[in-house]
Amino acid sequence: MTAPWAARTRAMFVGPAFAWLGLTVAAPLGLVFAVSLGEATQGAPPFEWGFSTANYALIFADDLYWGAFLNAARIAGTATLICLAIGYPMALAIARAAPSRRAILLFLVVLPFWTSFLIRVYAWMAMLRPTGLVNGALQGMGLIDEPLGLIANEFAVHLGIVYAYLPFMVLPLYATLERMDPALVEAAHDLGASRTRAFWRVTFPLSLPGVAAGCLLVFIPASGEFVIPDLLGGPDTPMIGRVLWLEFFQNRDWPVACALATTLAALLAVPILIADRLRARAA
Amino acid sequence: MTRARSTLSWLPAALAAGFVFLYLPIVLLVLFSFNESRLVTVWAGFSTRWYGELLGNERMLAAAALSLGVAATAATLAGMAGTLAGYALARLGAFALRPLFALLLLVPMVLPEVILGLSMLMTFSALDRLIGWPAERGFLVVALAHATYGTAFVALIVEARLRGMDPALEEAALDLGASPARAFWRVSVPLLAPAIASGWLLAFTLSLDDLVVASFVAGPGATTLPMLVYSSVRLGLSPQINALATILVFAIAMLAFVSVRIDARVRRLST
Repeated sequence: MTAPWAARTRAMFVGPAFAWLGLTVAAPLGLVFAVSLGEATQGAPPFEWGFSTANYALIFADDLYWGAFLNAARIAGTATLICLAIGYPMALAIARAAPSRRAILLFLVVLPFWTSFLIRVYAWMAMLRPTGLVNGALQGMGLIDEPLGLIANEFAVHLGIVYAYLPFMVLPLYATLERMDPALVEAAHDLGASRTRAFWRVTFPLSLPGVAAGCLLVFIPASGEFVIPDLLGGPDTPMIGRVLWLEFFQNRDWPVACALATTLAALLAVPILIADRLRARAA
Repeated sequence: MTRARSTLSWLPAALAAGFVFLYLPIVLLVLFSFNESRLVTVWAGFSTRWYGELLGNERMLAAAALSLGVAATAATLAGMAGTLAGYALARLGAFALRPLFALLLLVPMVLPEVILGLSMLMTFSALDRLIGWPAERGFLVVALAHATYGTAFVALIVEARLRGMDPALEEAALDLGASPARAFWRVSVPLLAPAIASGWLLAFTLSLDDLVVASFVAGPGATTLPMLVYSSVRLGLSPQINALATILVFAIAMLAFVSVRIDARVRRLST
């Protein structure tokens, strides 16, 4: 299917694109690593190049830092599973809807993703505050006397992540489920499997690549999330994205911020490479 | 209709509940932008005063103008780079270092924004030391940072489109003696135009929406709309933000609708 492209022609297309990606993705990430080996100073920019692992030693010695990595992994992990539990039935329902309806249903899932992230988080601030809409409604119905503490805690962060990243879960799930041959499920029914059994023994195993892709697309960015823990979270469970932000904007310590970024990128390398393989296989 | 019966019966209910979850906060946000009271969570009658105040807020208008300009520039750069990259992935087979190429396109889509923003700032800072540019990180710097981010999304859309497209037309152009560059410009690009347009729109909205990357790279003189919204939201809820959110939600919904329509029409025409 590939046209007889001469090597020179390929270079003509690949060259500029590769150069752009090298300059805008690879080189910047390399620089982050380089700066992480340096030392903070009072100058502008506030660091000196160096060749020391002191910043990494600091990260592993101080539980404020490594604890933030663990918190982020735990919270992003739980939120990813909740996303899967909510997103899977949605994706399956869309995949099994009448073909004429699928496009509009899918559009309704994607639309919030287009809408401003910041504004969607802001919307939940209005819902969850002590004087917010949820507490107001519950008090109005006489179910509670005192407002519930719904914001500035882990609950709100989970909710925010699930809300913001749900489309990332539904889309890859839908893509696998929609491609699946319905004859397979029908065959399972014909052979006497109940609906539940047919689902767990046929549909679900066949959709695992979509499950993996969706989980990775939610987990990877969510683990470094800044806006959600900053606006919905509390001080008791720092997540690494916010700690990195504060390190940079409050402490103005570029090398430590870069060491945190390098560590986070290194930790995410494995899930990113798996996502890369899944995408290569799907293509 | 046998398939409809085999559907797990609670699925449509789950889907409806999912949509309520996705849309209820946005609907309430829009509703309360028309609230008379300064308290954004207590209804006190219909009013459009917050829209009036928003339109009189000069800092907000300046930030919006900056953001729109940045987004258009970033989307255009991303559209060009992303089209080339998507074309390379879908049509050029196994070129050297192709796996690395694909990985470099995936990374900006999934890597946390704090890392991307920091890496962009380190680059601009190093460039400033090396060649004295950019001394003041303004419009162009933010647009370039956003373009990087948008490239990956445009490439994804273009690549997917090309995979669904018969290469015979391009091959015919080559057989008839067109140079590869000519075949690309005269055959592939026009066929891809809708995909490029919908990629452009996606890159545009992503840029318009970005807080994190812009906060890292922008100098003191360049405050984008999300940066202003963020600093105002940190101080507390404000009905002006509700009004702004409402405008953005409707504008973006329209852009998304246009983008999806373009995409759907092309799919219908080409299959």
